Amino acid sequence: MHRTLTAFLATACLALPGAALAQDANVTARKALMGLYAYNLGVLGGMAQGQVPYDADQARAAATSLYHLSRSGSARMWPAGTDAASMPGQTRALPAIWENMADFGARAGALRDATEVMMNAAGTDLASLQGAMGGIGGACGACHQTFRQAQ
Amino acid sequence: MLRRLALTALALGAAGLAGAWVLTRPASLPPATLAALAAHPADAARGEAVFWAAGCASCHTAPDVPATAPVGERLVLAGGRRFATPFGTFTAPNVSMHPGAGIGGWTREQFATAVLLGVSPGGTHYFPAFPYATYARATPQDVADLWAFWQTLPAAASPSQPHDLGFPFNQRRAVGFWKLLNLDTEFVTTAPADAQIAPGRYLVEALGHCAECHTPRDALGGLRTASWLSGGPNPAGQGRIPSLPPQGWSAEDIANYLQSGFTPSFDVVGGEMADVVANIGRIAPEDRAAIAAYLVALRSSPSR
Repeated sequence: MHRTLTAFLATACLALPGAALAQDANVTARKALMGLYAYNLGVLGGMAQGQVPYDADQARAAATSLYHLSRSGSARMWPAGTDAASMPGQTRALPAIWENMADFGARAGALRDATEVMMNAAGTDLASLQGAMGGIGGACGACHQTFRQAQ
Repeated sequence: MLRRLALTALALGAAGLAGAWVLTRPASLPPATLAALAAHPADAARGEAVFWAAGCASCHTAPDVPATAPVGERLVLAGGRRFATPFGTFTAPNVSMHPGAGIGGWTREQFATAVLLGVSPGGTHYFPAFPYATYARATPQDVADLWAFWQTLPAAASPSQPHDLGFPFNQRRAVGFWKLLNLDTEFVTTAPADAQIAPGRYLVEALGHCAECHTPRDALGGLRTASWLSGGPNPAGQGRIPSLPPQGWSAEDIANYLQSGFTPSFDVVGGEMADVVANIGRIAPEDRAAIAAYLVALRSSPSR
């Protein structure tokens, strides 16, 4: 009984780092990047939706972060073989990305444009921030619509 | 003796076939519906609200028209989007006002028969990829208004493409059996007392067709209404469609999402739902609030 338990625990300990290693660094980095987008969008969106009071400095800081995140060289994070069909359960990135890489790149460009508009608007006033929100949502959504699998 | 048995079997078989033929016959609109259609002073502006709530543009715009396209492009119903399902690949037809390629030559009654019963002007069944099992609950007045708006929409000349379905799913007459099992004008949830939830129920169960993706389907593709809006496999692609309402979302969260596409944690809508937001984002704020109220109330329904 004791030996069975020991063997089981040993196997479990060996298997755990193995499972951690199997997580692809590119996928992890992509998810981290998306998380940072969401974090900064949350600041702007909370103000746009009236959940928190408008604060020009906070808004400008979040928008500046978005601007730089969209220019952080994330093209390297999408090597071939890191799609949902190759890595089921780990990523929702559809193979369509790699079949339409030029289009994928163009949409990343549209996001850079939208974050630039937001950076110039967010610190002005609440109405300007709200006006730029749709462009950001549209740029994110344009990619998610075509290139991200349903949950 | 043997001869009599054979004749009886033949007669029974013929009766069975005749019965099946009668049961699967494409229906026509009841007199009360026709009278309501004729009596209603159609209002194209109201019809536009029905158009966005019913999500016609989600399926009937061309494949290269994204959710973020300007409204003018979302109104060109040229068709051509493909939907890969377990039953084969459906291609949404051209339903623009083009008299040849689209439905520009239809009458109001033909339009209502298609939307409410899933029957074409030629008297054949449409496949239920066209969500008439939802629209069957719509009022004749809404359909009349919708048709009035439809007639203001542009014509597109691109011809409709055929569906790509295997046997037996390509048999339109067999859709008659499917309708016997699944076409029901009764609402799924009981009539709510709350004045905000009631229009929400109509928007979700009669127009918005949320259940077409958010309710799991049986082996024949019918909605398992006992598991109403509880999520399931994506009926037209990979992945899973979430249960409604999403865990932890308030009514305000849902209304915000349907307007802006932002989730409470500021993820952004994708997939087929991006088209849904593009449509529902164009209805009145109080209608989005009604949908949200209906969905949140599902949390306290006895089946959850």
